Amino acid sequence: MVTLKAGLTLTAALVKRRQKTILGPIDLALAASGFTIVLGPNGAGKTTLLKVLHGIERLSAGSVTWPITEPLVRQQQAFVFQSPIMLRRSVWANLAYPLQLLGRPRAEIAQKVDDWAGRIGLETALNRQAPRLSAGEKQKLTLARALIRQPQTLFLDEPCANLDGRSTREIETLLRNAFDNGTRIIMATHDLGQARRLATDVVFLLNGQLQDQGLAPRIFNAPGTPQSQAFFAGEIVE
Amino acid sequence: MNDIWAGLEAAFWLIVTLNTDLLEITLRSLQVSLTALVIASLIALPLGTWLAIRRFRYRRATIAGLNALMGLPPVVVGLIVYLLLSRSGPLGVLGLLFTPTAMIIAQVIIITPLIASITHQAIRELWADYHDLLISLNTTKKQRIMTLIWDARRTLLTASLAGFGRAIGEVGAIMIVGGNIDHATRVLTTAIALETSKGDFALALGLGFVLIALALAVNFTIHALSRTERDSTW
Repeated sequence: MVTLKAGLTLTAALVKRRQKTILGPIDLALAASGFTIVLGPNGAGKTTLLKVLHGIERLSAGSVTWPITEPLVRQQQAFVFQSPIMLRRSVWANLAYPLQLLGRPRAEIAQKVDDWAGRIGLETALNRQAPRLSAGEKQKLTLARALIRQPQTLFLDEPCANLDGRSTREIETLLRNAFDNGTRIIMATHDLGQARRLATDVVFLLNGQLQDQGLAPRIFNAPGTPQSQAFFAGEIVE
Repeated sequence: MNDIWAGLEAAFWLIVTLNTDLLEITLRSLQVSLTALVIASLIALPLGTWLAIRRFRYRRATIAGLNALMGLPPVVVGLIVYLLLSRSGPLGVLGLLFTPTAMIIAQVIIITPLIASITHQAIRELWADYHDLLISLNTTKKQRIMTLIWDARRTLLTASLAGFGRAIGEVGAIMIVGGNIDHATRVLTTAIALETSKGDFALALGLGFVLIALALAVNFTIHALSRTERDSTW
């Protein structure tokens, strides 16, 4: 369910690297809840947009505002990167790490790690070294590691890229459960089918510019710009 | 070839008879080199980590300087430490010249750049892998450093062992600052140099084999204790 109250807001946001504009300037307001899918071809600025919203990418100009005070932003948000970043530790230690950073009691950590390991089907692999898992297992582990802190907002940068159908379905199930439990999700993807399955609202980027934004049914059925019409019709847009 | 067999035989008898002189200089070698290793590691591991994750103005020049210091000639280090600790030197009042402490100081100076440089390289690569995750998780600087050191611990162990190897086999600097005094500052390497100069090649070779065995034993022991190369670990 998408509410109209703005949760994350970008105002004239601009990201430049070595004089090259990567993103913007764009104005964007995202609702405080929902499952937002960020779509666009390679180089559209999807990853940069997610990192700006998460607060780990500096703006060259403009501003980003969160519904919570800035020091708490990253504590109440989590990010799943396109290439899973595995700590060189066991599966158990990877799941426990975010909770250890917060200084949670050992019993609580153990209980939550066991719970999440069961949810992602790695309960028998807790002592295995995480970097030695398969691609699908790694991505499920990074997702569980992100969700174990129960973040208010979860960012995902093409989490199912390079995964087979079965792993993609498992990831999507985890994401739906998190969304149903109240987690705000903002996810970049190339996969139009996945976008149609998951999105409550859509942001469409092209060459660092916001081309279209709106609720999923409107965007998929009646794209608002020629570029988004071409993209959703399956044409190659640049 | 005869000298090598004689050396092996000498080493065998020195060990099986538990030669007291051999025991003494072996223990002194271990004491000096392990103490130098601990002190150098305490300096070099945080220094290398700090250089890997911290950005500052002369960072590249500092790293280049550190790498260059890996090639410090031990004899020159010995000479400088000698001049500092000699009676007329600025630290002469401490009376450390020709003591094991002077030898430890020289070895710390020699091996610290080596350990710091390998640490920097290992942590830099790990930091490149972990950067986005650790920033995303809102970690403090202390948490980042602890995470990086812990996850790179086996590479850092290798760095420390490289430092130990250089320290235990070092002869130039400790000969100058230690003086190779019998029952005071004589260690395996200086004893080998002395026996070679006396022409007792068999004993010198025997001591050499003991030195090699000692270095291997320390390496194997540390690897065994740190459980490296096991299937489930790094």
